[in-house]
Amino acid sequence: MSKIIDFQTDPSKYRHWRVEYDGPVANLYMDVDENGGLFDGYQLKLNSYDLGVDIELADVVQRMRFEHPEVKVVVMRSGKDNVFCAGANIRMLGGAAHAHKVNFCKFTNETRNTYEAAEEDSGQKYIAAVKGACAGGGYELALACNYIMLTNDSSSSVALPEVPLLAVLPGTGGLTRVTDKRKVRRDRADVFCSIEEGVKGQRAVDWRLVDEVVPNSKFDEVVAERAKEFAANSSKADVEKGIELTPLTRSFADDGSVSYSLVEVAVDRNANTATITLKGPDQDVPADMDAAQALGADLYLLRLARELDDAILHLRLNERKVGLVVFQTQGDPEAVLAHEKLLLDNADHWLANEILKYWKRVLKRVDMTSRSLVALVEHGSCYAGVLAELLWAVDRSFMMLDEFDGDNRHMATVTLSDSNFGTFPMSNDLSRLETRFLGEPQQVEKLKSSIGEPLEAEDAEELGLVTYAYDDIDWEDEVRIFLEERASFSPDAMTGMEANLRFAGPETMETRIFGRLTAWQNWIFNRPNAVGANGALQRYGTGQRGEYDMERV
Amino acid sequence: MLDLINVSYDTQIPNNVGLSQDKKVLKALEKWHPGYINWWNDLIPQNFQESMVYLRTAVSVDPKGWAKFDYVKMPEYRWGVLLAPQVEDRRIPCGEHFGEPAWQEVPGEYRNMLKRLIVIQGDTEPGSVEQQRFLGLTAPSLYDMRNLFQVNVEEGRHLWAMVYLLQKYFGRDGREEANDLLVRSSGSEEAPRMLGAFNEETPDWLSFFMFTYFTDRDGKMQLESLAQSGFDPLSRTCRFMLTEEAHHMFVGETGVGRTIQATVEAMNKAGIDDPYDTDKIRNLGVIDLPTIQKKLNLHYTLSLDLFGQEVSTNAANAFNAGIKGRYMEMRIDDDHKLTNDTYKVLDLEGDMIVEREVPALTAINMRLRDDYVRDAAGGVGRWNKIIEKAGIQFEMKLPHQSFNRKIGVFANKNFDPDGKMVSGAEYDKGLQEWLPTHADGDFIQSLMKPVYEPGKYASWIAPPKVGIDNKPGDFEYVKLHMA
Repeated sequence: MSKIIDFQTDPSKYRHWRVEYDGPVANLYMDVDENGGLFDGYQLKLNSYDLGVDIELADVVQRMRFEHPEVKVVVMRSGKDNVFCAGANIRMLGGAAHAHKVNFCKFTNETRNTYEAAEEDSGQKYIAAVKGACAGGGYELALACNYIMLTNDSSSSVALPEVPLLAVLPGTGGLTRVTDKRKVRRDRADVFCSIEEGVKGQRAVDWRLVDEVVPNSKFDEVVAERAKEFAANSSKADVEKGIELTPLTRSFADDGSVSYSLVEVAVDRNANTATITLKGPDQDVPADMDAAQALGADLYLLRLARELDDAILHLRLNERKVGLVVFQTQGDPEAVLAHEKLLLDNADHWLANEILKYWKRVLKRVDMTSRSLVALVEHGSCYAGVLAELLWAVDRSFMMLDEFDGDNRHMATVTLSDSNFGTFPMSNDLSRLETRFLGEPQQVEKLKSSIGEPLEAEDAEELGLVTYAYDDIDWEDEVRIFLEERASFSPDAMTGMEANLRFAGPETMETRIFGRLTAWQNWIFNRPNAVGANGALQRYGTGQRGEYDMERV
Repeated sequence: MLDLINVSYDTQIPNNVGLSQDKKVLKALEKWHPGYINWWNDLIPQNFQESMVYLRTAVSVDPKGWAKFDYVKMPEYRWGVLLAPQVEDRRIPCGEHFGEPAWQEVPGEYRNMLKRLIVIQGDTEPGSVEQQRFLGLTAPSLYDMRNLFQVNVEEGRHLWAMVYLLQKYFGRDGREEANDLLVRSSGSEEAPRMLGAFNEETPDWLSFFMFTYFTDRDGKMQLESLAQSGFDPLSRTCRFMLTEEAHHMFVGETGVGRTIQATVEAMNKAGIDDPYDTDKIRNLGVIDLPTIQKKLNLHYTLSLDLFGQEVSTNAANAFNAGIKGRYMEMRIDDDHKLTNDTYKVLDLEGDMIVEREVPALTAINMRLRDDYVRDAAGGVGRWNKIIEKAGIQFEMKLPHQSFNRKIGVFANKNFDPDGKMVSGAEYDKGLQEWLPTHADGDFIQSLMKPVYEPGKYASWIAPPKVGIDNKPGDFEYVKLHMA
């Protein structure tokens, strides 16, 4: 699986999904093209999916927010008879390298989280209208919706058959959402998650697995009715028109480097390192949100978010040996703050809201990236407001102290804004500053008095906003030695250590999915009982069962 | 009517499973039985419920007991629970447990797979009765009406047999599935039967004969492979069901044969030798041979779909688990495990039909379908003998397996009955020649007038050569209740 995976798509290229817009209601049909798999060697039968299918879904969800803000209810349904969705394609999983499986699951998890949060973030409510088999990843798709309707035809059921059938877990949030979101009683959850056939009809409601069962003959009618009802009761403001998410400008170099309009990704494959440089604004702040909307996808903070998002995904899937990602920024911090201020001041404007919520997701994507992350605060940088969040998303940060010989860029500073105090919560539902100062909550309060003040290295280090500040004499060696040392550690130990240290504080459903569920799933994905030559995943489809080593570990 | 309060299960329900001593199953059947009787009563038109029908009842599994003929009202038919006698030291005949003693209880690890197979099989049994519920109103003779009802009550008994297994061996889940068998209903918008072919209408008697010949033959093949099950109670149940299934196919084969017989006799009598002289032939009150061929095409291809995907994980799992074997498993000379074997399946490469070797385990469905195709060819040959004997130039043919398919690699592709891929336009045009049109349906319907006089037959069908239970030609097989 060495081909480049592109996360950019648009409706003209979709092979697996289609959307019918009907005023405030959008009908989202999953109709997977069997022969449209991302890789060779498997067919996407019965609406099963692979990463390619999910990339399209992520695109649909994103465009729903920006291009169709008039939509208040999205009805997710199947374009096929007799099957809603059979989940992730087993042959694809069986044939995929471990790293691909892990990245696939991570991306699908992020997509599920995105549309699950769409109701709270943007007032777009997702309904799953389930007709036909809805198993494994199919039920996980439905679980991430805000409301689940199941037809009562005495054969359609919802099921999580992974454990009995494949010896793996429902790892795209399945186990967690059953207990934490649907709040299914644990013994019933235990029954549900260990039977292949799932649960149908009234019992699915009684067990809280779905919200409603509907007589089969009235299914479409009731679904349409419910969608209308939810749309009418929605508090989402009416928005006439969205903006178009135009294609990104980007080019790839042979050495793996990628250039966007505001983001440069320099890849050094020998050093297993990538440097992501974010540029400050290249345009004036629009006078108001109307002017901002007129700029559309060209608006600085939106364009930057899209490019950074794409760069992160590209590195995750296509540059898997890059173990260390270095963040840099270059530009005018004042201008960054001014662009951000327009959004913060107009947070009730739909587009401002969408862009801020998008930054929340992109920053979470950074948090969740299993690479060593470091930020360099050099002279000429613009770590202000939203971009300062990167400093607390990374594992370590280094800042230039005092003037550097022959460097005439403006002095390195860090500038806090209101947004650093709650606009971009992490998956643990705390701000990055709250997480950073978990043991000294008073520090967060204290930092509020520094809002808007460009903090130079000494102050930034003193206030705990960066790890180390180095002057001209130390900088080069200290940074080099750190980078070299970091790149030499075991990538497994690094991933494990970082994932544990990054998410201090309370558990949420999201941290449980990305922590507990994912970690167990990834362990199972390494165990012979699942992936060995005679494991259940490899044997699936051959007729022979997996052979299990019955030792409990 | 059956006294539902005081059912004496050992007398009302012929059984060889010690029903009256089995408290668990008794309790379950007591709850299920009223629902079943309601289902039956709501199904068949009332005057037939009250009629005395000369039916065969199985009261035991020995040669003397399995075919007792007498007049009975259908709701009082004694639906028995009968298993073929236990074979001593029976072994699992296939899969990874090959050679181990057959299971007398459900193995926990295969609970779901077994249950699903039994539910699907069970779902087809009442399905066909539902499809045929109104045919009594247009029966071409009392003989045929009696055959219809015989098939119906036996399908009902087969439902009982599956329900018994669900209730006896699958605990609470099994009871719920048994109840759902009475909830789903053929063609229902609310809760249709599980398999497509059992939601199609059986609009006329020729369809009924085609159905019993082709679709019940799929049932036979499924029962044959379930009769090989390592789960002994399922095997024994299916083995006994097969004795009855044979009669259903007899009804189908002779029904189509007698229809053909009437057609060629009428043609000869009128001096018509061109089988395509449709209007003239139809004016004789018989069904022209090309229309019979179209019906054959339809029912044969619908039945092929029942075998599922050519390459199937579920079928592989079931075989390897030893819960579903192949047709005549015991007579096949191989290791009965198939872990290293391959089997040829039909596949598509572009527009070309090719044969491809695939792991034999995954091709279990295809193999059973191949056996079916061979099995189904026999009757067609006998039909052609009738035509040949009458001196008419026409040959009935099984269409190619790629034609008119909704499941498998050929699904929704434009193949003609010879297996040639044709353009969309050619296909649309050809369909009128290949499958029954609405106009054909209108014509056949026009012939569907009941004939209720003993010994008399509708114009479009010839009398049988021999009566049921060797009864004479004018025997009153159904004493109609004319309220």
